[in-house]
Amino acid sequence: MPIDKDTVKYTAHLARIELQDKELDKLSTQLKGILDYIDKLKQADIRNIMPTSHILPVNNVLREDSPKDSLPIDKVLANAPQKEGNFFVVPKVIE
Amino acid sequence: MELFKLTAHEILEKLKSSEISPEDGLYCIEGRIKDLDQKIRAYVRVFATPDSGLQNPNPKLPLRGIPVSIKDNICTEGRNTECCSRILGGFKPPYDATVIKKLKNAGATILGLKTNMDEFAFGSSTENSFFGPTHNPWDLERVPGGSSGGSAAAVAADEAFWALGSDTGGSIRQPAAFCGVVGLKPTYGRVSRYGLIAFASSLDQVGPITKDVEDCALLTNIISGYDPDDSTSIDAPVPDYLKSLGLGIEKIKIGIPREYFIEGMDAEVKAIVWDAINKLKSLGAEYKEVSLPNTEYAVPVYYIIATAEASSNLARFDAVQYGYRTDIKRLSGENKLIDMYKKSRGEGFGPEAKRRIILGTFVLSHGYYDAYYLRALKVRTLIKQDFDAVFDGFDCIVTPTSPTPAFKIGEKTENPLQMYLSDIYTISANLSGIPAISIPCGFTKKGLPVGLQILSRPFNEEMLFRVAHAYEQATPWHLERPKL
Repeated sequence: MPIDKDTVKYTAHLARIELQDKELDKLSTQLKGILDYIDKLKQADIRNIMPTSHILPVNNVLREDSPKDSLPIDKVLANAPQKEGNFFVVPKVIE
Repeated sequence: MELFKLTAHEILEKLKSSEISPEDGLYCIEGRIKDLDQKIRAYVRVFATPDSGLQNPNPKLPLRGIPVSIKDNICTEGRNTECCSRILGGFKPPYDATVIKKLKNAGATILGLKTNMDEFAFGSSTENSFFGPTHNPWDLERVPGGSSGGSAAAVAADEAFWALGSDTGGSIRQPAAFCGVVGLKPTYGRVSRYGLIAFASSLDQVGPITKDVEDCALLTNIISGYDPDDSTSIDAPVPDYLKSLGLGIEKIKIGIPREYFIEGMDAEVKAIVWDAINKLKSLGAEYKEVSLPNTEYAVPVYYIIATAEASSNLARFDAVQYGYRTDIKRLSGENKLIDMYKKSRGEGFGPEAKRRIILGTFVLSHGYYDAYYLRALKVRTLIKQDFDAVFDGFDCIVTPTSPTPAFKIGEKTENPLQMYLSDIYTISANLSGIPAISIPCGFTKKGLPVGLQILSRPFNEEMLFRVAHAYEQATPWHLERPKL
């Protein structure tokens, strides 16, 4: 399956990663090589095979609806790149 | 004999009899690191002070203050945990991983120095670390393997008594093989992933890297068990894995998969591994050729599923609550928030991380999901079924851990696909959730270690320890040390 530069650029946008031009070139070539190799999966016979999303027979793990301790606010904010009061600060989203 | 050369269980004996104190144990490791780590670079961000056990070493607790070294993707409260990535520079977790809590409760000293790794565990050589590569103690020009290369090198160089690593596609076993030490990937769900910074949530496991099988069994005892904070952990009792040692392997049935001994594999590795299989036979086991027919699909399946899961898990690194943030004065465009995400992630992630996230995003995206991701999930079922079929008639499977011994630093960095293919023997165990151990089984003519991998059915770590211990005790490999 061909993956051209525009597709890589768009996918990077979806992944919220900014690539420099040189990176984009190199990555497009490398990803094309990897996807060509991955294409060998087309040979596998998967008729009537169920997908394995999860390897263990564990489903819908629930717990009692009883309150537990939360992380204290100072710990929550401790690694923040920018903070003010009890808030994380980010660039304005709405004008 | 210098203390640092001993195994963890030997140190524990000396601590128990008060022949040495917990301070002796810690200082000898710190001294060894000061002497050697300039050359090996197994550790990152060298701190001065220890943690936990040594502050109140309790002689009644089983681990008596002995130090344990920890990979940089396992959260230690208040101590930098950065996954060897720029994007987590300076990050201090607000909590301990469950495996860390278990070690502390058992009385261990958590070494403040974290071991080096490929960034976010993306790699098979530790060359993708933001801090630069670790050097293989057996040949400093070669890689230690990855992504737990720092942990494996530290143990091999006696810069650690024992260590924890993580394994998503072989990241404990392959560096253990390259460094001539023991490494176990437990059954998926055996060990809690709470506090392990996630790469691929359906594949990741924390596991021990040790000098011998007894240490591996002991550390597995301590870190295993159900954790309500990890909904993928299994609520099943943990056996005493030490009881599997010394049982011998009379009449144990071993399957040797023909797909793992292909034309073109390294001739020395093939010969050394066959010597090991024949050794197992001489100890009473029986072996027979078996087939795992879908082996050829393991690498492509893995690089779809693991990258897809990684793209999801790494979406949280958005420069909002923690981690690297770009210079906000240089943000541009209509939506500065999105520009902040893009620039922070573009600058904060290394090239392999970006490669995997973008590949993972692509295989999940509209129009490609069925052809890649869904198809990969179905082939994953086929791979698991192959193992189920073999384990119906056999106690374990034995293979080489890696197709080659340690390669040179820089040898595979230009070709990501070449690097991915080196995981060919380890990946299937993660896809199938089964436990697997790598133990040293010899050296090439150039003096490079070769690893033997043993696999068994889910929650049958007992068989792995039983076979590994029998082989180890009948061979000299675990007593060898690199000349440093």
